[in-house]
Amino acid sequence: MSELQKRQIQLEVLRYNPETDTAPRYQTYSVPCLNEWVVLDALNYVKDHIDPTLSYRWSCHMAVCGSCGMMVNGEPKLACKAFIHEYGDQIKVEPMANFPIERDLVTTVEDFITKLASVKPYLIPKSDQPISAGEFKQTPAELKKFKQYTLCINCMLCYAACPQYGLVPEFLGPAAISMAHRYNQDSRDGGRDQRQEVIATDEGVWECSFVGACSEVCPKHVDPAGALQQVKVASTIDWYKEHLMPWVKK
Amino acid sequence: MEIIKTDVAIVGAGGAGLRAAIALAEADPKLRIALISKVYPMRSHTCAAEGGAAGVIKSDDSLDLHFNDTVGGGDWLSDQDAVEYFINEAPKELTQLEHWGCPWSREPNGSVAVRPFGGMKIKRTWFAADKSGFHILHTLFQTSLKYPSIQRFDEYYATDLLVEDGRCQGLTALEIRNGEMKQFQAGAVIIAAGGGGKMFPFTTNGNIKTGDGMALAYRAGTPLKDMEFVQYHPTGLPNNGILLTEGCRGEGGILLNKDGRRYLQDYGMGPETPVGQPVLKTMELGPRDRLSQAFWGEQQKGNTVKTPWGDCVLLDMRHLGEKKIDERLPLVRDLCISYLGKDPVKEPIPIRPVVHYMMGGIHTDVQAATRLPGLFAAGECACVSINGANRLGSNSLTELLVFGRRAALSAMAHLQSNPTPSSDAALAAKAKASQNRIQALFDKSDGTESIAGLRQEMMDTMEANVGIYRTGEGLAAACEKISELRRRYANITLTDKSRVYNTDLMQALELGSMLDCAEAVTVGARDRKESRGAHQRLDFTARDDENLLKHSLAHYHPTEPPRIEYLDVVITKSQPGIRDYSGAKK
Ligand SMILES: Cc1cc2nc3c(=O)[nH]c(=O)nc-3n(C[C@H](O)[C@H](O)[C@H](O)COP(=O)(O)OP(=O)(O)OC[C@H]3O[C@@H](n4cnc5c(N)ncnc54)[C@H](O)[C@@H]3O)c2cc1C
Ligand code: FES
Repeated sequence: MSELQKRQIQLEVLRYNPETDTAPRYQTYSVPCLNEWVVLDALNYVKDHIDPTLSYRWSCHMAVCGSCGMMVNGEPKLACKAFIHEYGDQIKVEPMANFPIERDLVTTVEDFITKLASVKPYLIPKSDQPISAGEFKQTPAELKKFKQYTLCINCMLCYAACPQYGLVPEFLGPAAISMAHRYNQDSRDGGRDQRQEVIATDEGVWECSFVGACSEVCPKHVDPAGALQQVKVASTIDWYKEHLMPWVKK
Repeated sequence: MEIIKTDVAIVGAGGAGLRAAIALAEADPKLRIALISKVYPMRSHTCAAEGGAAGVIKSDDSLDLHFNDTVGGGDWLSDQDAVEYFINEAPKELTQLEHWGCPWSREPNGSVAVRPFGGMKIKRTWFAADKSGFHILHTLFQTSLKYPSIQRFDEYYATDLLVEDGRCQGLTALEIRNGEMKQFQAGAVIIAAGGGGKMFPFTTNGNIKTGDGMALAYRAGTPLKDMEFVQYHPTGLPNNGILLTEGCRGEGGILLNKDGRRYLQDYGMGPETPVGQPVLKTMELGPRDRLSQAFWGEQQKGNTVKTPWGDCVLLDMRHLGEKKIDERLPLVRDLCISYLGKDPVKEPIPIRPVVHYMMGGIHTDVQAATRLPGLFAAGECACVSINGANRLGSNSLTELLVFGRRAALSAMAHLQSNPTPSSDAALAAKAKASQNRIQALFDKSDGTESIAGLRQEMMDTMEANVGIYRTGEGLAAACEKISELRRRYANITLTDKSRVYNTDLMQALELGSMLDCAEAVTVGARDRKESRGAHQRLDFTARDDENLLKHSLAHYHPTEPPRIEYLDVVITKSQPGIRDYSGAKK
């Protein structure tokens, strides 16, 4: 087999240390890369061989832990799944948009975690059943209804891409609403009413202007935009049932 | 220093830590629980597990069969009382996860589906496509959000345990975002901080798997057990070590050498089984240690495929077809295409063995208790031991649940015995000493050793001498080198002196953990003069039950190599026998 292809990359990285910097600045590193590398490999090269002070998050290196979200040439990406061969010799790396910078490429993500928790992202069982009675039955077709929405790795790229979240920080946002939808669609769950109180609100789905950027950047093809649309439709039906046909149970 | 008082402090929020936290919260809502993790819980490496979790539920299976597979798979180094407890609890724990919403893959009739796994005689591995660990972790994390008594300390790095009056009474941890040291005062501590595969250069383990939890306990004076047993997974992507789950072979994938021969038949795992119809416990469904050793054999014979990333064999899944691959192994396909540019639907995938899992860890008994009162451990950082000399795939995820919960119950029992805390002053003094140790790294300006440099030397040493096959000579050299690196570690430099999110500091501390663990691995391996499970010696090729049907316990010393003690294995009903993975009699 052929030799691995090598390339020299100019990696322009946003640096910011609140202890010493008054504003973010850029620093460029010249990095010898293999063409099969991902941007994360280039950052690790910098950290190990050029500048140990560079800070960023990562762990799995296989696009599943959700740690390494950042802007690569202006687009929200997982650094461990942004392939060098897809870029030219200049690559610009910045922290995720729409989140406060903690340091360098590390952002403050508490806001997302709080929002995720607020939608009650756990099974609220329809009926109680002791463990000794075995598993709840669920057919492959029932599983398929929500499976896609379980694939969210909480990387928050969808928040970095969402223009509405940028404008209205109170917006619950794509991933949190998709997660509520995931449980709502689960045949074992009976908690929809409780979640609706949180998501069918002005800060919830009604804030979404349906740009669809979230689904475009999602590395796991969760399609949060689709989930939001379904929640809107279902909430509208709720409203009609409640206001126009109060005798129908929703 | 801020003091945080809590009833139980848990270090680690992966599968084991989260399961422990939920068990505590459910048992007593008044308990104060501090869940401390150096990363946000869903970043924990449990998320990377693909294949599934073993537990007996189907009518053709039995607890005895799971027991026998586990004990035989572990080459009789497993403690059988622990295995017994484990297999009994396994189905309950997996069902509990189902009740919490885990999206397990299903049979057409709506019951949970199971898949075959290496070394298991019956299909018993519950799976959620090939993202099982990911779904287990997220189910646990999301379920934990229900309990207000679980107070999370995300991105806190635990640095030292606080031991006073012979008991563990808390720990110190750095808040990563601002570099502040916190003192956690706790009635009991549970360590669930995962494995340490990052001491090797080529591994399926994520960046966070640096053996911190093991090192915390070890330095606090409680021994590490069976550290010499390091599992290689036979099928890793050759360029970056990304795992292709055993589920690939469970679903029918086959292994070929450069001549297209299913070489496993030449290593006592034959005869060849029909392509696409895997037979349990033989050929491609043999145990991991045997498969990785067979790779080494092929390499010696010159039967491997040469690739730019070194010698490989081929994992061929083409006969499974696109539909099955997409349904059962979607992540595998994505990983192969993305990271190697090869589609398993269309071509065989080059793979090679990769460091995957540590059978060894903090010595605990079947109650998940360590020898240090007040300290408990569970998950990959612990060694109960159910895995013995070689873990069977899909037993670990289940172990996290079973022993995570067990550790919680034991910690509660310890609290109920009402130990009186030592004086605040005594504990604060200990915490201060820990803070000073970190401060010294900042103050020192004349260090000459680089963190990345020492880490590279450690990894090279481990790879060269502590791999699939080991020799007395190589291990002696490794022991010497690791002691040298531990000495040189005292002279490292911190380039980054900032308090805010200082990953240079994290890496320095993680390197310290890895070096301590690496020394326990190398010394344990040098002194174990036999071949058993994942520990194979070219100079002692046979298993020695007469002298070494024993656990090794490594005792820490700050400047010297560890002292090794041996402890009898608990045998209740299965006497050591021959591990037969040939298909002949089946
Ligand atoms: C790629 C891969 C695939 C696998 N597939 C399977 C499979 O299919 N089936 C199976 O049974 N097993 C599998 N395993 C093994 C299994 O996944 C792991 O053994 C298991 O997930 C470990 O879980 P844990 O809870 O012990 O640790 P982890 O999930 O690794 O979590 C460790 C936790 O400890 C915390 N921590 C560590 N150090 C510190 C510190 N100093 N301070 C504070 N917190 C700290 C971390 O932040 C993290 O929260 C696989 C492993 C890998 C790597
Ligand atoms: S490092 Fe885990 S998603 Fe990139």
